[in-house]
Amino acid sequence: MIRDALKNEFQRIVGKDNVMTEPDELHAYSYDSAVLDQTQPAIVVRPENSESLGQVVKLCNENGLKLTVRGAGTNLSGGTIPHPGGVVCLTTALDKILEINEEDLYAVVQPGAVTAKFAAQVAAKGLLYPPDPGSQAVSTLGGNVAENAGGLRALKYGVTKDYVMGVDFFDVNGELIRSGGKTVKCVTGYNLAGLMVASEGTLGVFEKLILKLVPPPAAYKAMMAVFPDVMDASRAVAAIIANKIVPATLEFMDNFTIRTVENFRKAGLPVDAAAMLLIEVDGHPAQVEDDAAKVESICKDNKALSVRVAKDDAERNAVWQARRDALPALARVRPTTVLEDATVPRSKIPAMMQALDKIAKKYDLTIGTFGHAGDGNLHPTILTDKRDQKEWHRVEAAIDAIFEEALALGGTLSGEHGIGLAKSKYLKNEYGVGTINYSRRMKSVLDPNNILNPGKILGPLLA
Amino acid sequence: MADIKKLVSMLKELDDLLTGCMRCGMCQAQCPVFAQTGRETDVTRGKLALLSGLSEEILKDPEAVNEKLQRCLLCGTCEANCPSGVKVTDIFLRARAILTGYLGLPPTQRLIFRRLLTNPKLMNNLLSLGSSLQGLFTKDADSVIGTSCARFNAPLIADRHFKKLASKSLHSQTPHKDTPSGKSGLRVAFFPGCVTDKVFPQVGQAVLKIMEHHQVGVFMPPNQACCGIPALSSGETEVFDNLVRQNLDLFAKGKWDYLITPCATCTATIAELWPKYYGDKMDAVRVKELADKVMDVSQFLNDVLKVTPKKAASPAKVAYHDPCHLRNTLKITAQPRQVLAAGGKYAAAELPGGPSCCGSGGSFNIKHYKLSDVIGRKKAESIAATGAKIAATSCPACMLQLSDMLSKSGHSIPVKHVVELYAESL
Repeated sequence: MIRDALKNEFQRIVGKDNVMTEPDELHAYSYDSAVLDQTQPAIVVRPENSESLGQVVKLCNENGLKLTVRGAGTNLSGGTIPHPGGVVCLTTALDKILEINEEDLYAVVQPGAVTAKFAAQVAAKGLLYPPDPGSQAVSTLGGNVAENAGGLRALKYGVTKDYVMGVDFFDVNGELIRSGGKTVKCVTGYNLAGLMVASEGTLGVFEKLILKLVPPPAAYKAMMAVFPDVMDASRAVAAIIANKIVPATLEFMDNFTIRTVENFRKAGLPVDAAAMLLIEVDGHPAQVEDDAAKVESICKDNKALSVRVAKDDAERNAVWQARRDALPALARVRPTTVLEDATVPRSKIPAMMQALDKIAKKYDLTIGTFGHAGDGNLHPTILTDKRDQKEWHRVEAAIDAIFEEALALGGTLSGEHGIGLAKSKYLKNEYGVGTINYSRRMKSVLDPNNILNPGKILGPLLA
Repeated sequence: MADIKKLVSMLKELDDLLTGCMRCGMCQAQCPVFAQTGRETDVTRGKLALLSGLSEEILKDPEAVNEKLQRCLLCGTCEANCPSGVKVTDIFLRARAILTGYLGLPPTQRLIFRRLLTNPKLMNNLLSLGSSLQGLFTKDADSVIGTSCARFNAPLIADRHFKKLASKSLHSQTPHKDTPSGKSGLRVAFFPGCVTDKVFPQVGQAVLKIMEHHQVGVFMPPNQACCGIPALSSGETEVFDNLVRQNLDLFAKGKWDYLITPCATCTATIAELWPKYYGDKMDAVRVKELADKVMDVSQFLNDVLKVTPKKAASPAKVAYHDPCHLRNTLKITAQPRQVLAAGGKYAAAELPGGPSCCGSGGSFNIKHYKLSDVIGRKKAESIAATGAKIAATSCPACMLQLSDMLSKSGHSIPVKHVVELYAESL
């Protein structure tokens, strides 16, 4: 339990209404979207301005209180699950969009601003903020940067890191550190903004973000290609890229997912197809026409059973509805849904699909796979019931096997969900002990009391 | 107070429903309460986690959980948009019943539910007495909207701009009705609902006028009981059963094709909640029959009577508010707009930012008026932003809230039920 004196201090900083210590309130911050055990903080605070945010960080450091910053809590790797007895600092009140600059194509936001709301405001000004994580309707930009979130458009437009021009953050002493800026070119000092991206709250606390905006494409075209074999679909993906076409989006759904979505929506999807590719090309209208025609013929050359090109917005929406339905449809099959994001070089997608198939059989589990074929980021989704302990043990073993396989194929532990608590144990398998030691040394200097989201990425540090 | 072990075992029955929540947090985008407070205990995911915590005995304070559970409008928007299809309303109603059973209701509330609500005659008499006395305590607030506010400091009324009880309720204007089907060959049973009856009798009269115009026979028996939603959402299942039974008996006395109501909440309650929560399973056939035949009045006009929009030269804009119980529960959004335009004078104007809850939520408005007020004021602003001179909706409870909010925020925009506007043209 937190001492009364400290509670008073927090209340002085953020106001009485913004401090929560009741058991039920603490319980509500003991989890995020990851399927992991809950741990309760001792206190939850909700600063309403950046001054008090800085003071909260400082107070935590002075008292050795472990601090986890939390936006919408959509983290899929446990990055926002607090340290037991620690402090949760909410950014939901720091949600302002401070500036959208149409001349210089950047925006300045507070970390708690919701991604989709921001993207909508940017769109209203005729510009585009491309990163579009699946959770964008609720996820915050601070969380997106802290996790280096991806999305459907990553293939052509890149991920969150490609849009971070600057990050102002508090260090553990509550001092404001500024990095990056509003110019396209900026090489002043260390690239601290770059360091903060994907740092998962372990190196500093975001105060403000400067994000890059781009002009939206003038035209787009979506299509749906159906394949009799996963290998054919994969070859089509490789051929599209080899033909120097970079679609905005190139998504994959396996047979199980297709069947589940069809069962859910009854939209007339090809339930016998082994795989489906959902593709969108965008850009200048003439190029879009050209690219779409090429993609269509490449798919056909690679044995696509059919290619449906959306003729209007309604048909385009139908294509994307199928993709949007993937998770909701799978999530309804069993009580617990474990969504992974093992990522492989795109040429290795067929091998990964075969491996997933083997793993599902070996551990007697249901796995539906969909995801971003264009960038190799698959979402094998294990459908289970966590209450069934025997099955849950098999799930844990299967997850181990999935990551082992992804690494063996030259892939990575995480395409877009982050390492958090869930995957820290695999980290050395990907980067080796040296990398972990280097990272730990860096953290130990920047955060000597190890208060910033301890346990995430690097695992438990030895004192 | 019952044994806590028993509470836990009852909550365990919710386990299958609760585990469906994958804690993705997408409900945060939908929840009008969370939008104001940004607190996890105010959003569905948090509330479900609290119920799990209680059933797993991690949390040991049912009262605190119950208090958080009450901070929900039951608008159903989260459920309609939940990726995992979690039956949120079902869980919340069941949990409220379990917790109310364990904790008990405050004595005044219990008295109102048990003695008053279940006795329509007594309630009608009391409220008509109240109607004749209310002028002593209130003064006019906005003459266009027709709202009043408290003359003296009154905690229960606070700074509300409320619609007064009608000087003559619908049941005293038209105590009962039993007319044969005309050319239409149809006969409807008419369930006005409490708010229509006591505050907006003109909505009831509009329905009667419309039915007469379309030569639809009407069966409106006297002493109708409340649909039961206030009791059910407070966890008073016995009172709910009593009310449903009274209505079942009453409507069994006539022969009719559809049961129509001008109240989104009553329609949704009869259609969805009666069959699910009525305790007397021996009566399942009667309940199902009513549930299958109940229709929102616009749905009846549009889908059965085929009333369609009339072309108008320059229709007046009417800001249409989708009641949650129509939009989320019954998926009825097109029909009220069609009916609105059917009179040939009006066209629905859409609210900027899309549909959202007005913040009324029945007893939520009483228990959490401040929150209800903030949510409602946003709604009032979005109505004003359409530039429409009239606001319309399909739920008398929303009408109360919209009137209060528009009146208080200084937008003198009258609030009508879509059937009132349609009836004007007949």
